[in-house]
Amino acid sequence: MIKFDSKIPSGPLTEKWETYKTGLKLVSPANRKKLDVIVVGTGLAGASAASSLGELGYNVKVFCFQDTPRRAHSVAAQGGTNAAKNYKNDGDSVYRLFLDTIKGGDYRSREANVYRAAEVSNKVIDHYTALGVPFAHDYGGMLDTRSFGGVQVSRTFYAKGQTGQQCLLGSYSSLSRQVEKGTVTMYSRREMIDLVVIDGQARGIIARNLITGELERHSAHTVVLATGGYGTVFYLSTLALGSNPMAAWSAHKKGALFANPSFIQIHPTSVPVLNEYQSKLTLMSESLRNDGRVWVPKAKDDNRHPNEIPEEERDYYLERQYPAYGNLVPRDVGSRAAKERCDAGYGVGDTGLAVYLDFKDAINKQGKAAIKDKYGNLFEMYEKITGIIPYDEPMKIYPAGHYTMGGLWVDYNLMTTIPGLYAIGESNFSDHGANRLGANSLMQCSGDGYFILPYTIADYLADEIATPRIPTDTAEFDKAEKDVKERIDRLVNIKGSETATSFHRRLGKILWDYCGMIRNEEGLLKGSQLLKELEEEFYKELAIPGTGYELNQELEKALRVETFFEIGHLMIQDALNRKESCGAHFREESQTETGETLRIDEEYAYVAAWEYKGPDKKHIMHKEDLNFEFVELKQRSYK
Amino acid sequence: MNITLKIWRQKNANAKGRFVKYNLENVSPEMSFLEMLDFLNEQLIKKGDDPIAFDHDCREGICGACGMYINGRPHGPEKKTTTCELHLRSFEDGSTIVVEPWRSKAFPVIKDLMVDRTALDEIIRSGGYISVNAGSAPEANSIPVDKHSSDKAFDAAECIGCGACAAACKNSSAMLFVAAKVSQLALLPHGKPEAARRVQKMVKKMDDLGFGGCSNTYSCQIDCPKGIDVEFIALMNREFFKAKVCKSKAK
Repeated sequence: MIKFDSKIPSGPLTEKWETYKTGLKLVSPANRKKLDVIVVGTGLAGASAASSLGELGYNVKVFCFQDTPRRAHSVAAQGGTNAAKNYKNDGDSVYRLFLDTIKGGDYRSREANVYRAAEVSNKVIDHYTALGVPFAHDYGGMLDTRSFGGVQVSRTFYAKGQTGQQCLLGSYSSLSRQVEKGTVTMYSRREMIDLVVIDGQARGIIARNLITGELERHSAHTVVLATGGYGTVFYLSTLALGSNPMAAWSAHKKGALFANPSFIQIHPTSVPVLNEYQSKLTLMSESLRNDGRVWVPKAKDDNRHPNEIPEEERDYYLERQYPAYGNLVPRDVGSRAAKERCDAGYGVGDTGLAVYLDFKDAINKQGKAAIKDKYGNLFEMYEKITGIIPYDEPMKIYPAGHYTMGGLWVDYNLMTTIPGLYAIGESNFSDHGANRLGANSLMQCSGDGYFILPYTIADYLADEIATPRIPTDTAEFDKAEKDVKERIDRLVNIKGSETATSFHRRLGKILWDYCGMIRNEEGLLKGSQLLKELEEEFYKELAIPGTGYELNQELEKALRVETFFEIGHLMIQDALNRKESCGAHFREESQTETGETLRIDEEYAYVAAWEYKGPDKKHIMHKEDLNFEFVELKQRSYK
Repeated sequence: MNITLKIWRQKNANAKGRFVKYNLENVSPEMSFLEMLDFLNEQLIKKGDDPIAFDHDCREGICGACGMYINGRPHGPEKKTTTCELHLRSFEDGSTIVVEPWRSKAFPVIKDLMVDRTALDEIIRSGGYISVNAGSAPEANSIPVDKHSSDKAFDAAECIGCGACAAACKNSSAMLFVAAKVSQLALLPHGKPEAARRVQKMVKKMDDLGFGGCSNTYSCQIDCPKGIDVEFIALMNREFFKAKVCKSKAK
């Protein structure tokens, strides 16, 4: 039986972290350089953790599959990062940020973790500013903010539509500084394939060198996964094509519980699917909903050009249905509303699977220059993809797979159920419940890496100072490498006729149709069956040219697709188990009279943490009950 | 539409490369350039041939992973567009498109269209940062930043590190890349304390790595997918001379 303790400290919410932090063990500077830490992933969570641990003097080894750490997919985050600075004097506070996040997540996250994330958010802004991140400033020289979905204050700090890029380049610069200093060793173009566990503790990884195809052994006293989410499970998503959950999944198979796998955020504003060859969906930042108004024609199958549809024949359905929040409803609500309108026959464009996001009123009121200043790069991006100029006519948008709230289960220390294995950023499950609020992701990744993990990891490493460097010529490393080798050989030797991408596309379609925005028991069971059939075909018909021991981009894809099959099964199992609706998880069987999510708190106010039992066995679920000591559970309402 | 591709194929860093011709029929003008390469690779794999290796990731023009010479221009014919953002509607039906990897001594070919750009990381490591540890930053609004400097720093900071500037330059100069980082940090009050040290270290590293000098042809600016302005090179030169003068004074 797996040990399972969330380690939430007792005491008042506002004092938990401060009190707990003071009680954590420390490692002396002289001992830190004797301790090795592996960090996998170099997005905002990984780069911030690795650089801060390097600054503290630990011996850090960092891995990324890209050619340089600066390309991790945090780079593509657009809108901003939240903090409770209350610079706008609009009544914001740490408590309100906490409350918005708990409510936005539909009461399926941990109070203590969420409060802490809100608490460290202000330090994140201070640090990025000091690192030279060019956040937007107003004429007085002070930082500017804007509003995001699901809140009624203005707390989002931003650098045009490229906030993720700018924050990541800030973290990357401090990471680079540590590499130069010699505290951090960088291993790029390496992909973690397996975790090595020795005597129950995480002690290393098997990484594939993507240039030579060699399998490498790397050891450490502790391993940190900062490997992002699994939104690419849908094939078409807003993520980078390389983003994948293989590292986290390998840890899961070695004993780390996986929590709430079916909680996947579908982002309401992405460029819609335009053709069958499409390889990805590009996000149009939520920040656009500050000034853009979402609408569809009032009449079904209205084929007129949007500019020819008069005001009174337009249905601004978000403003109509949710007058309090209007266009700034949370993402899950916005996505379902778009799907509902399109399914009812009011969708626009060739496919009927799109709605309009219109800037006409904002341009008339504020002028084209002001809009360009705020969203210039997003408008350019839209024009490049579609050939349409959004200053002249509304954008067409549709929901797309985006962010995974589910992930590796972690305790308050951000440690998984494998001692010595940590998961930070999107790869863990802890802060966003069943739906993440916009601009909370950069906040959480950076908070985890800069201001939480460096404290909690010391508490673990303090007991490791007498442990010598971990050798890699042990039976555990031999076995892990042999298993990986067999896995690769199995795939390469199938020698079928279908590419990994074509399987991925089909797999993604199944999950999108049956385990996407709207789910029901019948559909989930059908999806499960289809997935099983496709998986059997995969192991018969997969084609990979070349061998496993050279640069082989097709093998890279196949290994990832293999993982998507396994995670897809668990997503469905989790979605079947949770018969309530909450946040992004919408079970048709559980809805209010007006079609909103209907939670069943008496039965489902828990985190579903799944245990892997073996290749052909069903996962076992463990429950972590969510105790709400400080917040009253309410039906979410944005009306 | 139908197109003919002439693509540089090279087994590995040491092998000799050559152009290989591929005819593609019935491709859609709505395809992105990389989706067209995916389409071609799919056909090659089904025939049992080696697919074309190329770097790519975000496919929305921000990660900087993709980059190739297309008809003699880094990232192809469109202004301020990365290879992944380029679409086939930018080409005529029936046209021949020549595709090559970055041409620069500092970016050796790994395979086909994939090159090694770690030289750019090395330049950043040499000084492209502000030396502040987590935990020591002052309250963010305690140091006002004038809007003009902040906006200008942002314009420089937009660089995605794709390497097109050096690949476009006949001298294989990385001046625009280095200048963008030097300028971003020198323009902000937080970056000023180590501005002199930074510019000298980064310029030295750039020279040591085999990048050439700037002879003001502006090809870097023209082919930069983010449109980074060459005025930042002037700003870097000013920072560089300032650092030199201050250094001699200090002596």
